[in-house]
Amino acid sequence: MGRYVARRLLQMIPVFLGTTFLIFFMVYSLPGDPVLGLFGDKGADPATLAAKRHELGLDLPIWQQYWNYMTNIILHFDFGTQIRNGRPVTEVLGDAFPITMQLAALAFAFELTFGIGLGIIAGLKAGRLADNAVLIFTLLIMSIPVFVLGFIIKMVFAFQLGWIEPNVSTEQNWDELIAPAIVLGGLSLAYVARLTRTSMAENLRADYMRTAVAKGLPRRRVIGVHLMRNSMIPVVTFLGTDIGALMGGAVVTEGIFNIKGVGGVIYESITRREGSTLVGLVTILVIVYLVTSLLIDLLYAVLDPRIRYA
Amino acid sequence: MPDVTKTAAPADEAVDTPSVVAAAAPQQEKARSLWGDAWHDLRRNPYFIVSSVLIFFLLLIAALPGLFTSASPTAGDLVHHYVGKPELGKIGSEGWLGYDIQGRSVYARLIHGTRASIIVGVAVTAIVTVVGSIMGMISGYFGGVIDAVLSRITDIFFGIPFLLGAMVVLQSFTDRTILVVVFALAFLGWTQITRVMRGAVITVKQADYVQAAKALGAGTTRILFRHILPNAMAPVIVVATIALGGYISAEATLSYLGLGLASPTVSWGVDISAGVQAIRTSQHILLYPSIMVSITVLAFIMLGEAVRNALDPKLR
Amino acid sequence: MSTIDKTATVPAPRGGDHTGPLLEVRDLHVEFHTRDGVAKAVNGVNYSVNAGETLAVLGESGSGKSVTAQAIMGILDMPPGKIPQGEILFRGQDMLKMSNEERRKIRGRKIAMIFQDALSSLNPVLSVGYQLGEMFRVHQGLSKKDATARAIELMDRVKIPAAKARVSDYPHQFSGGMRQRIMIAMALALEPDLIIADEPTTALDVTVQAQVMDLLAELQQEFNMGLILITHDLGVVADVADKIAVMYAGRIVEQAPVHELYKRPAHPYTRGLLDSIPRLDQKGQELYAIKGLPPNLLKIPSGCAFNPRCPKATDLCHTEVPPLVPVTEQDGTELPGRKSACHFWKETIHG
Repeated sequence: MGRYVARRLLQMIPVFLGTTFLIFFMVYSLPGDPVLGLFGDKGADPATLAAKRHELGLDLPIWQQYWNYMTNIILHFDFGTQIRNGRPVTEVLGDAFPITMQLAALAFAFELTFGIGLGIIAGLKAGRLADNAVLIFTLLIMSIPVFVLGFIIKMVFAFQLGWIEPNVSTEQNWDELIAPAIVLGGLSLAYVARLTRTSMAENLRADYMRTAVAKGLPRRRVIGVHLMRNSMIPVVTFLGTDIGALMGGAVVTEGIFNIKGVGGVIYESITRREGSTLVGLVTILVIVYLVTSLLIDLLYAVLDPRIRYA
Repeated sequence: MPDVTKTAAPADEAVDTPSVVAAAAPQQEKARSLWGDAWHDLRRNPYFIVSSVLIFFLLLIAALPGLFTSASPTAGDLVHHYVGKPELGKIGSEGWLGYDIQGRSVYARLIHGTRASIIVGVAVTAIVTVVGSIMGMISGYFGGVIDAVLSRITDIFFGIPFLLGAMVVLQSFTDRTILVVVFALAFLGWTQITRVMRGAVITVKQADYVQAAKALGAGTTRILFRHILPNAMAPVIVVATIALGGYISAEATLSYLGLGLASPTVSWGVDISAGVQAIRTSQHILLYPSIMVSITVLAFIMLGEAVRNALDPKLR
Repeated sequence: MSTIDKTATVPAPRGGDHTGPLLEVRDLHVEFHTRDGVAKAVNGVNYSVNAGETLAVLGESGSGKSVTAQAIMGILDMPPGKIPQGEILFRGQDMLKMSNEERRKIRGRKIAMIFQDALSSLNPVLSVGYQLGEMFRVHQGLSKKDATARAIELMDRVKIPAAKARVSDYPHQFSGGMRQRIMIAMALALEPDLIIADEPTTALDVTVQAQVMDLLAELQQEFNMGLILITHDLGVVADVADKIAVMYAGRIVEQAPVHELYKRPAHPYTRGLLDSIPRLDQKGQELYAIKGLPPNLLKIPSGCAFNPRCPKATDLCHTEVPPLVPVTEQDGTELPGRKSACHFWKETIHG
């Protein structure tokens, strides 16, 4: 087990460097000049621009810029500063992450409970009315783009019914985040429900299920212990990789409900070409992604003893 | 214990008899293949029928928009500017879904915008399926160092959130044509197919018939294309069909964010991003293209689900 | 319902006071509704087992032998399975008329089953100790700790070495033979009255088969259990069974005490099965094989289902379904327990 973790950690290093370099390369090879943008329409003389670029290290070759950036992060936890207003990126991200994490956590709880719940109902009633109802519901959720779903929910619950505020306040109240969390987690919920359903329907036919019935176990034990333990394995994998995706995928949802979180930072830093902010943010998301997938792999050992770690 | 009858063969000699006794499965009138079986199932699946009809119409609209409307999607008459209330009842008339900011018929723009969305979806899917399948096949079949390197490369691209990556790529183009949007989506999209194909190939590789082909001295290319690919294709086709819907949805979402296709291209995405500007006054400009996107995505996802069910007998 | 019977209407006393056979299957029919039509898997099967007795049910795959067993256990997939007709009497009570809860209480406690493929039949993600102990926890309300202690005892009983150390291992960590012993232990856990073993040794190595079979026979004698042994392996049958029922296309075609059947089969199908056993004294000769394939259950041939493959088939065999009739000696003396469903059983047994 220890060796396995060590090997996985070693494998994570090239992925971490590769992903961060890729996003760095993508961001810094963007045409358009953040420094030029700094001076607005009036522009500035070439000498000032060059000096500013030199100050920001933007005149160095890209791999060197990357090297400087990464060493600063790793050695000094310094993600750089925003070009526009000189705020440290750590501060910007520190402001943005808590609310997004809160939103993602709520969305995650939502997809976990309702996704698995619907999946179980459908899986146990495979081929019957409830199964088809869940199928149609999940297909609809999957086919409505997030921004449409967001607008529908906002229209209905905020403007028509007046149950929720159209915009989330800055106070980070949990109840205000319910509607955005439903929008954010909706798609994943549908996936979790499908996956649970598929996995259960498949395992229902397994030989060991027949054995469990032949042992004279009560139905709730046959389902609750024998079926669930086996069926949850693929679902857990999906849920694990989804935590990071929820945080990175909040651009649209946060925009609709006017939440000042990571999504807003992503949008702003892309349109304003704030490279260091964007790369810093992706760096954190990549770390979240890598750590959760490692944890999921280790959780596998608990769920499925057949998997050996060599 | 009952005593052993002498006329019977000793136990250890008789153990192999089942091969004679129980060799054959019940007769089948017609030989059935996985695909033949799947087709038999599909034809009776209401989801398949509904989705194929929808897709047929969408493709028809995309190919021949002139059949469905004579109004121009680009020429607007400002007399109609912002007419928020659709004249329902006169289905088929140019203005039955209202007009947009520039007085253009929403209906005509929907019809003419179909092509862009379908092209984006189909083109991205085609590219990622080819690239992803090749990567996944090489990775899964050869294993070892090649697999390790390719898997890490896949991980690298997979690590960047899809929408975020596409936004960065699109931001760097001032002229966002269909080609650019296709590139942006395919750039990060191939990893999904690669993973699916790799898994499928690893499973199929261990099958007896592949081992038998190897033992008979079949070459690598032959094994890959004659034996492995046809049997590993099923999950890829399912994932690709569902992903096609996802790409159309992603294009619309990027447009909504102002980073998708741009005028003068006529597309649902362009209308969606225009609709966002006018959301307070006339929701119909956003509503109708969103409905079209949803229906299109739904059609492809339904098709994918139906195919998945047909190909995987375990799910029945 | 065609069979009206006193034992079915008058509730028989539970437990040991019942005098008839332990288990009696009467005119059982099972069909599967598939998309290609109705597959008639079992078409009027009758058999019975007494305490301490071993009934071997012999037949090819698709003969309905496993389906009958699943119907007895109540583990048929319904739908697509359906039991349109028949009775399954356990100690005189028709199990098909019982509530689900009543049947559940019989399963595992009174009637237990051993499956063919122990690897897939044991839950891969639960330890064997848990799966064995579950029997005691559910049926006897034992604590987890006591149940584990009983599980270790059981594993000792079926001769699994180092039971205590291996109780928390998972099924995939055992060899095939050991896994099948675990299946047997699980079936024996509550000392049931009847065990149904569905091809218990088919998936095992030849060397292990005999060991597992001996163990099963030994434990059966010890607890005086009834045993239904489902197999297609004539060799296994010869060693342990008391009587044999040969099934073909969902019907019993011949019934006989074990050595009688080997000596003098009364059905061409049984004869064919016996002739296809390789024998040392016929070394060098070509091995006999029954021609043709087992019947398609969607389209069972008219008349005797075996007629397309039977070397002695006549026109009568194509039109009339032969009933299962008692077999007698040439002089008319009864042969107890012998029955055959062949129009020409006389020619077959005495010819």
